[in-house]
Order: sequence, then structure tokens, then C-alpha cells
Amino acid sequence: MSGRVDVGAPPVVKRAGPEAVRGRAPSQLAWGRFRRDRVAVASVAVLVVIALFAVLAPLWAHLTGHPYDRTFPETGLDVAGQPRGPGAEFPLGADQLGRDVLVRAAYGTRVSLVVGVCAALLATVAGTVAGTVAGFAGGAVDAVLARLMDMTLALPYLLVAITLATTFRVSSAAAGLALTVLVIAFFSVAASGRVIRGQVIALRRREFIEASRALGASDARIMVVDVLPNLVAQVTVLTSLQIPAAIVFEATLSFLGAGVPPPVPSLGSMLGEGSDAFRSAWWLLAVPGALLLLVTLAFNLIGDGIRDALDPRGGGRAGRGR
Amino acid sequence: MSRGLPRYVLRRLLYSAAVLWLVSTLVFVFLHVSPVPVERVIGGPRATAETLAQIRANLGLDQPVLVQYWRFVGRLLSGDLGDSYISGTPVSALIAERLPTTLWLVFGAGVLWFAGGVGLGVFSASRARTLWDRAATAFVLVGLSTPPFVVALALLYVFATRLEESGVHLFEAGPPMQEHFLRRMVLPWAALAFLMLASYTRLTRGAMLDVLGEDYVRTARAKGLPERRVVLRHGLRPALAPVVTQAGIDLGALVGSTIVTEKVFGLQGVGQLVHQSIATGDTPVIIGVTLTVTLFVIAANLLVDIGYSVLDPRVRLG
Repeated sequence: MSGRVDVGAPPVVKRAGPEAVRGRAPSQLAWGRFRRDRVAVASVAVLVVIALFAVLAPLWAHLTGHPYDRTFPETGLDVAGQPRGPGAEFPLGADQLGRDVLVRAAYGTRVSLVVGVCAALLATVAGTVAGTVAGFAGGAVDAVLARLMDMTLALPYLLVAITLATTFRVSSAAAGLALTVLVIAFFSVAASGRVIRGQVIALRRREFIEASRALGASDARIMVVDVLPNLVAQVTVLTSLQIPAAIVFEATLSFLGAGVPPPVPSLGSMLGEGSDAFRSAWWLLAVPGALLLLVTLAFNLIGDGIRDALDPRGGGRAGRGR
Repeated sequence: MSRGLPRYVLRRLLYSAAVLWLVSTLVFVFLHVSPVPVERVIGGPRATAETLAQIRANLGLDQPVLVQYWRFVGRLLSGDLGDSYISGTPVSALIAERLPTTLWLVFGAGVLWFAGGVGLGVFSASRARTLWDRAATAFVLVGLSTPPFVVALALLYVFATRLEESGVHLFEAGPPMQEHFLRRMVLPWAALAFLMLASYTRLTRGAMLDVLGEDYVRTARAKGLPERRVVLRHGLRPALAPVVTQAGIDLGALVGSTIVTEKVFGLQGVGQLVHQSIATGDTPVIIGVTLTVTLFVIAANLLVDIGYSVLDPRVRLG
């Protein structure tokens, strides 16, 4: 940025009034609008707290003396074999096997955040590349890419995702995490790809692109220098709204036993494994359920805030995110 | 418009056939690259190597992959989905047995969410920027952020556990479906509808706000029409087009995503069928259900596109 055009200090305009008008970049204006959005800022705060809770998972395990995968049949379960509720020994109760729900929830939130953010980033990057190439190239390339994206949208994604995740079942936690990220990203590429493609097609006919072309710029240069910077706002909004969607996707896969392999906990698998026991132990439903809801809600509110900040004219016009 | 319709439908049908072929091939390839060892599932843990080989031969799994694929496509073209590896029952019979449950689930939930979402959306849009509108928007955000199974589990906890203890009998689980049909379906309907309700409220509200800003709505108000009539006649009708479109697409797509709802409430629909089949490696059933469900998605999309062009003459089919 700084190396390109140095215009020096902004010219100070002398005015009659007490304050001078200073030029601000669009990103500064957007940041200013975002900062004044109380709901979005509060969501960021909530998310920071939850992220800290997740990052410090080993600390909770150390403090309670309960590793996430150890069962404590003596202290965690009562005489009838039912999990014990929240108390001094288990701050948020024990699960059906006598494991610490607090520690598992912290590790599970970690998985949710990592998978959600990675899958959303991967999907938006791939979607942006596919959408830009399709929209810019036009013709046969566009036809093939657009049809492929339509086809992945026609797939019964949950069904195919479970099939994929189950058949390629791996035992190591890291590989399982990577597989889950890939499966989720694969089914999210088309959604952002289509939006970007539409945007690029609209941009392609604009005068400044023609000007570049008239100056003899190559296709690649136009794409990178002229088109991509104009997509930044769109891509930011898409990413921020795809994160919560990816988190819900991961939770659903894990709930059905097709996500991150046990014993690594995920909020979804905690709910799935506890779904037989929660009738008598509400904390097995409440703790992971509330965390999941808070995380997705916070991301959605931040996404809405970013959209409003980047596009102040679009206020009140609701998109169709799901 | 009407002259181009047959050609358009024909082209869409060809495209749909291509999608179906692609989906079936994809699933076939997925399942053969790294198959769950189905002979283990059938033969049990103590089966000898000869027994396992015999089972593979019986299922035709000892043939080269291309031969298997050729047979698979040939059978598919004659409308035969094959037999289940595990039970030997024809896949079409299994699906026919389970499909009604899933269709009832989706249909009932669809009625609920459409009525509720459109109602709430109109309510919200006609009181834009008031406290009511804010409340509805907050509800929408919570609804959009809630993972499907959290709602289902919470409903199950409140209605099937807590209320059951206090003597209110609202929920029935397990077969047969014919007995106490409503009691079996009310909670699953509510759970599925709640999720969609939020996005339909948002969609209707957005469409209504767009339409209410149009010149002809101002004209209608200037004529002195009662507000109620302006909102419902001049506003809602054109605003409904995108909502109906979305409903068609979602109804088709939902047939494939009721797995979670079916699992939580113990409904024996196609979702449960495929979930169980994935665990046992019952390839023909997985492919059969996937194809059936894709068929619903494609049919819904086609109907929506055709219906849209009939509703709104400005839309050109192409």
C-alpha cells in the first residue's frame, strides 16, 4: 500500500469553521460505522470471551484435574450410574460416561471455531477464484463452471457429506479435522462462487475495465489489479456469513457421528452422544447447545454489522442467508 | 413465452438427466474408492477368508470396477435400483416403505413455516422500524443461528420429558405411524418449521419492503385505499413470488435433509434409512436414496422455474 502512490500528508484545507475536513479511505469509513454498531461490537466481545474459553481449554483441564477424554466413574456418576450435575467437583456437570462437561465443552468449542473458520475461508477463496474466472472468461469456461456450481447446489448435500465423511473415515484426529473441513468447504464453494460470478459479470462491462484493456493490460492483470479490489467488500461479507453456516454444518455432521472422530469432543458430537441421557441430565443439552447458539449468533450479528458498515445504502434490505 | 415452453422443458429435462447421472456416478465412485467392508458386516467378525470372498462374489464385488459400473448403469437405465446388500430386499421397496413418512414430515412442516413466515414477514414489514419489527428481526436472527438439532432436542426435552412428567401426553415415538399420527408428527413439524420460519420471515419482510417502496403502492395509498388493502393486495401479491420460489426449492431440498429431525424424534423415514445404510456400507440403498432425493430437488427446481414464468410475465425462460 504505502509503496505505491505517496501523496504525502493530506492537504490541510483552511476553513472558517473550527475543524478542517480530512479525507478518509473507504475502509476507515467502514471501520467507523462498524465501531458505532453496538450490537456488532457486543458480538465481537462475546466471541472474544468464548474464544478465550476455548483457547484456554488445557488450563481448565489442568485446574479441574480432568483431561477431556478421561472418565471418572466414581466422582462423575452417582450410584445408579447417572451423570452428576453441576457442583464443586464438576462445574458444569459430568456426561453419561463421567467426563467433565466444562473441559469437553472448551475443547469442543475449539473444534467448532477451527473447523468453521478454516472451512469458510477455504470455501470463499475457492469460490472467489472460480467465480472470478467464470465471470471474467465467459463463454465455454463460464458455462462449464456455472453448471458445475449449479450441480453441487442440486446435490442433497447433507446426505452426500455424510456418505463422504463416513467412507473416508480416518482414525487420527488431525486427519478427521482436515476431512471435515474439506467436505464442508466443498459444499459451500458454489454459494459464494455464484455471488462472485454475478458481481464480476457486472464489473466486466464497467468503463474502468475497458480503459485498462484499451491501455493494453492483460486479462490476468485486469483480474488482479482491477477486478479483485472491487470484490473485497463482497468477499468479506460472504466469509463472515459463511463461518456460522460452516459451524452449524460441522455440528450437524458430528451430531450424526460423521464429523471429527471421537474421543476428540465437538459441540455437535457432545449433543449427539448425550441425546439419550439428557432427559435426566439437562446440562448435557444446555451447555453445548447454548455455546453453539452463542457462537453462531455472534458470527451472524458480526456478519450483518460488516455488511451494513461496507454498504450503508443497503440498510434494512435483508439478504437470504440461511 | 408459451411457445418456448416445450423446448425449455425438454432442455431442462436433459440437463436433469445429466445431473442425475453425475450424482449417481459420484456416489458410486466415492463408495468404491474407499468402501466400508460390507462382507465383514454381513459375515460377522468371525467369518473366514473364504466366506468373505464368497460373499463378495455373490454381490458381484469381485468384478473389476468398470464391469461393476457398467452393470450398475445398465440396471439404473431399466429403472432397477438393485437389492440391499444386507437384507436382500429391493431398494425401491425399502424406499417406497420409508418415503411417505419423510414426505409427511416435510409437507406438514412446509405448511407451518410458510404460513408463519409470510404472516410474520408481512406483520414486520408493515410496521417497519418499530419495536415489533425489531422483535421479529431478533427472532429471525436467533432462528437463523440455531443449529437444526438443538431446536429438536430442546423441544423433545420440554415437551416429551418435562411435560410428560406432569401428565401432558403430547408425543409418541416409534412405529406404527398410523396410530396417533398427529401426536407423532407435531413436534417434528414444529422443529423443522422453526428453522425455516426465520428465513421465510426475513425473505418476506425484505420482499415486502421492496414492493412497498414502489410507485404504484404510493398511488394506491394516494387513492385513499385502506392501508390493510394496500398491504395485502398491492404489496403481498407481488412480494410473494420470490417466497413461493424459495418454498419450492426448499421443499425439494428438505427431503434430503430430514436426517437429523428423523433421528431425534425416532421417525423411520428415508433419512434414517440412509443413515443406517451408511454405517453398514449398504451401497445400493445409499445410491438409491441419494438418487430419489436428488430427483425431488430437480423436480422442485423445474416446477418453480416454470411456475415463476407463468406468474410473472417479465421473466423470460432461457
